[in-house]
Amino acid sequence: MTSAENTAPVPGGFWLDTGKTGIRSWIFSTDHKRIGMMYFGCVFGFFLVGALLGVLLRLELIAPGPTIVTAKTYNALFTVHGVVMIFLFIIPGIPASFGNLVMPIQIGARDVAFPRLNLFSWWLYAIGALVVLAALFTGGGAPDTGWTFYVPFSARTGTNVSLAVLGVFILGFSSILTGINFVTTIHRLRAEGMTWTRLPLFVWSLYATAWVQILATPIIAITLLLVVAERVLGVGLFDPGRGGDPLMYQHLFWIYSHPAVYIMILPAMGVISEIIPVFSRKPIFGYKMIAVSSIGIAAAGSVVWGHHMFTSGMSDTAVLVFSFLTFLVAIPSAIKVFNWVSTLYKGSISLEAPMLFALSFILLFSIGGLSGLILGAAATDIHVHDTHFVVGHFHYVMFGGTGFAFIGAAHYWLPKFFGRRYDETPALIGWIVMFIGFNIIYFTMQLLGMRGMPRRYYDYLPEFAQLNLVATIGSWILVLGMLIVIVNLWRGLLKGKPFTGNPWGGATLEWSIPTPPPTENFEEDPVVTHGPYDFKGAGVP
Amino acid sequence: MKNQLITTTQAVDPIFTFLFSSCLVLLLGITIAMIWFVVRYRRSRAPEPTSQVSGNVWLEVVWTALPTILVMGMFYYGWSGYLTLRDVPKNAMQVTAVARMWSWNFIYGNGKNSGKMYVPVGTPVQVNLESKDVVHGFYMPAFKIKRDVVPGMKNHVWFVATKPGSYDVFCSQYCGTGHSAMIATVEALPPEQFYSWLNQAQGGGESPGRAILEKRGCLGCHSLDGSPKVGPTLKGLFGTQVKVTRGGQPAVVTVDEAYLKESIVDPGAAIVEGFPPIMPATTDMPGAELEAVVEYLEHLK
Repeated sequence: MTSAENTAPVPGGFWLDTGKTGIRSWIFSTDHKRIGMMYFGCVFGFFLVGALLGVLLRLELIAPGPTIVTAKTYNALFTVHGVVMIFLFIIPGIPASFGNLVMPIQIGARDVAFPRLNLFSWWLYAIGALVVLAALFTGGGAPDTGWTFYVPFSARTGTNVSLAVLGVFILGFSSILTGINFVTTIHRLRAEGMTWTRLPLFVWSLYATAWVQILATPIIAITLLLVVAERVLGVGLFDPGRGGDPLMYQHLFWIYSHPAVYIMILPAMGVISEIIPVFSRKPIFGYKMIAVSSIGIAAAGSVVWGHHMFTSGMSDTAVLVFSFLTFLVAIPSAIKVFNWVSTLYKGSISLEAPMLFALSFILLFSIGGLSGLILGAAATDIHVHDTHFVVGHFHYVMFGGTGFAFIGAAHYWLPKFFGRRYDETPALIGWIVMFIGFNIIYFTMQLLGMRGMPRRYYDYLPEFAQLNLVATIGSWILVLGMLIVIVNLWRGLLKGKPFTGNPWGGATLEWSIPTPPPTENFEEDPVVTHGPYDFKGAGVP
Repeated sequence: MKNQLITTTQAVDPIFTFLFSSCLVLLLGITIAMIWFVVRYRRSRAPEPTSQVSGNVWLEVVWTALPTILVMGMFYYGWSGYLTLRDVPKNAMQVTAVARMWSWNFIYGNGKNSGKMYVPVGTPVQVNLESKDVVHGFYMPAFKIKRDVVPGMKNHVWFVATKPGSYDVFCSQYCGTGHSAMIATVEALPPEQFYSWLNQAQGGGESPGRAILEKRGCLGCHSLDGSPKVGPTLKGLFGTQVKVTRGGQPAVVTVDEAYLKESIVDPGAAIVEGFPPIMPATTDMPGAELEAVVEYLEHLK
C-alpha cells in the first residue's frame, strides 16, 4: 500500500454532511450514528481505565504480603475496577454503542424512534459517569465496598459510597431509557418487508436485552436510593442493629444484578450470530432457535438471582428453587453454542479478525458457562462461592464473552463507519497473544478458587503464591495483546486503507448503503425481500 | 450403613468429579467440532460453501433434550450433596464462632473461649455463626464448607475432622480492610487431648486482661509474641516511644496508661506510623475491663 492510497479522502457520510462541525455537532446531535460513536468513545475509554486497574490488582497479588499498595487502596481498586467495568463499560458497551450505530440501519430505519430521548440517555450516561468519577476523589475517598455495595458494611464505611451509588442510579436511567427507545424502534420502525423472522439476530438480542433493561433496572435504582437513605437518614432497612435485614438488600441487589449479566452477554451473543454466518458464507443454523433462546435467556435469567446467595443463610427451599432455575438457563445458552458451531459445517470459512474473536468467544464463553454449572449446583457452589473460582468464571463469561465480542464487533463494524480499515496481520498476532494471556490469568484463578483462595483478598497464604504469580504474568500477556489489537485498530481506522462496499459479503442492510453511512442512512426507504443471512438472495458473492 | 458418618468432603467430592467430567466432555466436543470445521472448511480449501442448510428440527430437538436431561441430573446430584452439608449429625458438639472486624473467637458450651478452634477428631462439630458487626463468611476449604455470618441471623455449618491436624478458616465475605487477614486455625486433636484442653481453666492462671484481649478479638490483629500482624504487636509495648500521626501531624508519644486507654476507646486519635487507620472504636468496654487490659499490657514484656 502506498501512502497516497492511505491518505485518499474517504467519502464523508454522516461525519460531514450535516454541514456542522465542532464538538456541538456531536454532543447535541440526535443522529443515532453520532450518539453511537460517542458511546463507543466513552465505553472504550472506561474499558481501558478498568483494564489498567485490573493490571494493578494483579500486580499487588504477585506475591504474598503488601507489594505496591495498602489494603485500603487495594479494596478501593477492586471496587472501582468492578464499578467502572460493569456500569460504565460492559452494560452500555455493546447495546449503547453498536446497538445505536447499527440497529436502526439493520431494520431499515433512518433513526431510532425517539432521537432526542436517545441523546438525553447519552447525557445521563455522561453525567452518571462524572458523578461516579467525582466520588473517587471527594469526601472519604473511593468506595471500598466492592461493586456489590453489601450492607451493613456499605452503610458503615467512611468512604464516598453515597455519591458513587448516586452515579450508578443516574446510569441506570440512561440504561432504562435506551431500552424503551430500542423496544419502540424495533416494534415501530422496521422497513417494509422486515418481518420478525427477517430481523437480524443482533436486533433480536438487543430486543431481549432492552426488555431486561426496562424491567430490572428500576429495582437497582430503588435499592441504591435505599442505601443512600440508610447512610444519610439512618433508616434501618438493612442494618440489623436498627432492626433491618441484610439479606433483603442482597435479594434486591441481585434481582437486578443477575438479569444485568444477561444485559451484558445477550448483545454479545447477537454480535457472534452476525459474524459467524458472514465469515462462513452460510445462513445461520437454527435462526428461530437462536432468536427464541435470546428471549428464553432473558426470561429465565430474570428469576435466578438467588444463586448468588446459596451461602447467605437464605432458606434451603430457596436454594432448591434457585438452583433448579439456574440449570434451566443453561439450556438456551447451550442451544446457541450448538447452532453457532453447526453454522460452520460445510461453509467457506475466512479467518479474518472479526471471525477470530467470534470463534474464541464460543470457546471462552463455553468454559465460562460450563464453570457456571459448578456454581449452579448447590453442593459444589458452597466450596467455590466467593473464591477466585467465581472471579475466573465471570471473567470468562464477561471478558472472554462480551469483551471479545465487543472487540470483534469493533473490527466488524467500525470500518463501515470510518471508511478505513486496519491491517489483518497485527490483528491476528494481537488476538493470539490476548487469547493466550487470557487463559493463563483466568484459568489460573479458577484453580486458585478450587484450592480455596477467597476473592477480594489483599494478602494470601504462601500456598497460593505460585498460582498467583502465574496469573499476574498472564495479565501482562493479556494486556500486551490488547495493546497490539487496539493500536492496530486505531491506526487503521484513522489512516488505514479505504474500506468500501461490502468486502465481507454481509447480507444485512448496513452493507447495502454507502460507506460511511450518510446521515439519513437510506436515500429511499428500503424494501426488504430476503432474510438477514440469505447471501444468495442479497446477491453477495 | 445407616450409622456410617458421611463427611462433608465425602459428600461434595464425587459431585465435583461428576460435574467436571461432564463439563470436560462437552467442552472437548464443542472445541474439537469447531476446530475440525474451521480446518476442513477454511476458505483456501473450500472456496465456496457446499451447503446452504439453515436448520434441522431433529438436531434442535436432540440438543435441547440431551442438555436438559444432563443439567437436571446435575441439579439433582448437587442438591442431594447440599442436603448432607445442611444435615447436622445428631451427636454434634456445639461451638459458637463469633466474627468481628477482623477476628474470630470460638466459644464452647462450658463458657471457654479461644481465638483458635480446637475440635476432637471423629466427632462432628456444629459451628453456630454469630457476627458482631458486618456480614462475614465462615469458610473451611479443607472441609468444603462455607456459610455467611450475618449479623442478627442464626446460621450454622458442620464438619468432622477425621485426622488430627491444622486447618484454615478464612473469611469469605468481604468485610473491609482486614478481610484477608481474618484467618483462624482449627486444630483437630485426639479426643483425650481435646477434652483435657476444654476442661482446663480459662487462661490457665493467666491474667484476666489476656482473656479479655482474646474474647474481644484484639489478638486477630495484635500479636502477643512480637510478630507483625495487621496492627502493632502488644509485646513489650508499654513504656516505649512510638511515632504516631495525631490530627494529621507527626508526633512521638510514650506508651503509658492514658495512651493505651485512648488507643482502645478512640483508636483513630493517634495512628502508629506504618499501620492503616482501620481499628474499630471500642465503646462498650466497662472500666474494669479496660483497667485489666492495661494492667496486663504493662507487664507483657
